Amino acid sequence: MKRLVIFLALAFSAHTGADTIIAQSTTSTQNSGLYDYLLPMVKEDTGVQVNVVAVGTGQAIKNAMRCDGDVLLVHARPAEEKFVADGYGEYRRDLMYNDFVIIGPKADPARVAGAGDVREALQRIQQAGAKFASRGDDSGTHKKERSLWQAAAIDPDSGSGQWYLETGSGMGATLNTGVSLGAYVLTDRATWIAFANKQDAVIAFEGDENLFNQYGVIPVSADRCPNVNREAAETFTQWLLSETGQAAIGAYQVEGEPLFFPNAN
Amino acid sequence: MGALTEAFRLIITLDPDLFEILWLSIRVSLIALIISAVISLPLGTWLAITRFPGRKFCILLLNALMGIPPVVVGLLVYLLLSRSGPLGWLGLLYTPSAMIIAQVVLITPIIAALSNQVIENLHQEYSDTFYSLGVTGRRAVVAYLVDARYALTTCILAGFGRAIAEVGAVIIVGGNIDHLTRVMTTAIALETSKGNLTLALSLGTILLALSLLVNSLVIGVREYAAKRQYA
Repeated sequence: MKRLVIFLALAFSAHTGADTIIAQSTTSTQNSGLYDYLLPMVKEDTGVQVNVVAVGTGQAIKNAMRCDGDVLLVHARPAEEKFVADGYGEYRRDLMYNDFVIIGPKADPARVAGAGDVREALQRIQQAGAKFASRGDDSGTHKKERSLWQAAAIDPDSGSGQWYLETGSGMGATLNTGVSLGAYVLTDRATWIAFANKQDAVIAFEGDENLFNQYGVIPVSADRCPNVNREAAETFTQWLLSETGQAAIGAYQVEGEPLFFPNAN
Repeated sequence: MGALTEAFRLIITLDPDLFEILWLSIRVSLIALIISAVISLPLGTWLAITRFPGRKFCILLLNALMGIPPVVVGLLVYLLLSRSGPLGWLGLLYTPSAMIIAQVVLITPIIAALSNQVIENLHQEYSDTFYSLGVTGRRAVVAYLVDARYALTTCILAGFGRAIAEVGAVIIVGGNIDHLTRVMTTAIALETSKGNLTLALSLGTILLALSLLVNSLVIGVREYAAKRQYA
């Protein structure tokens, strides 16, 4: 009996040490392998162990608002600035960027490849009645996609379930769905390059400046959340923003392509 | 076919990441099972042999709770353990302990409801004997549990199966953190979302093999014990 108690006590002991923090993060940075590459360097340079909970940007922000994270690493600038303005974050810094692309079947039924800009690309998809798979989960990519539809003066909700398919899932799950259905999907480039189930889908449209994708980093406020490990979160944030961290981010490649471009300010 | 080859490769090369994840899966689900069994077996038995107003409703509730979606359990436990929740001060969110708690909540109704049915059948047979021998209360619960131990292993295996296979609850309260709370099912979900379908399927095959192994062991022990008893 005594042994069982000790066993259970050991099993229940939390694994959180003084230099351990939780990062609430967008999925693209995890799915692309960036954390597997960066976090061992962080551990070696600073001694900080970063545990990553990768969910959509919307959920990451909500989790951090409930104080369930020490640092936030997401990509939806207006939502991030509101998070800081509402007192949940200490400050926000630009960390790195890449861009969004629209992927679709190689045959390109909506002739998106010839579109002049992203607005035209979306209009062509709608006019052709081609399928479009949306995240539908309030993530950073989903917020971006909604703003692009708005800019193109299209209300995709009227076609919901017909040509506009909201998966309510992560980027990877939505790509799996989109690729299988021969649908167009808006995705960040990093997730797409690292994605292993492309089948016959290719990048159908890219290069519009409106497809810019900025990632930001925010330490969670110690005033709002007294439980946070403010010191270790600051160490981690400053490492990411330092020359070392920025160089490491820029040097990360998958299949010979850089996925993120550092631009700390 | 590729998935099977990949599964073999991972096992034969003793892939350290695989065994870490596999071991955590076993550890979490086994501890959840032990805790749950300690609660649910006496509860199910007690409900089978005691008569009180509202008993039928309790049994109905247990049976209904067998169908509770894991993601709902995960959400409830998350809100409970969140740093801004009532038990936030324990600091258990995103730890294996949180996953154990979620699985206990998930499988306790299953084992309780199934064992309740087993004991109820037995009770119809034994109630007069036990009554005349004056075996009541706690002693009766223990006597029924010992007597029905072979039939109850199936109830326990059902609970274990649910615990080791579910992903909805542990991914919310554990966070699928690498080297900390990543288990087989959350790893399968992650690899699927990365498009690594072959690797995901091979992990699924390994999980199935583990389940097969555990079931064979338990049934083997049960048959051996039963044979010895009646030899």
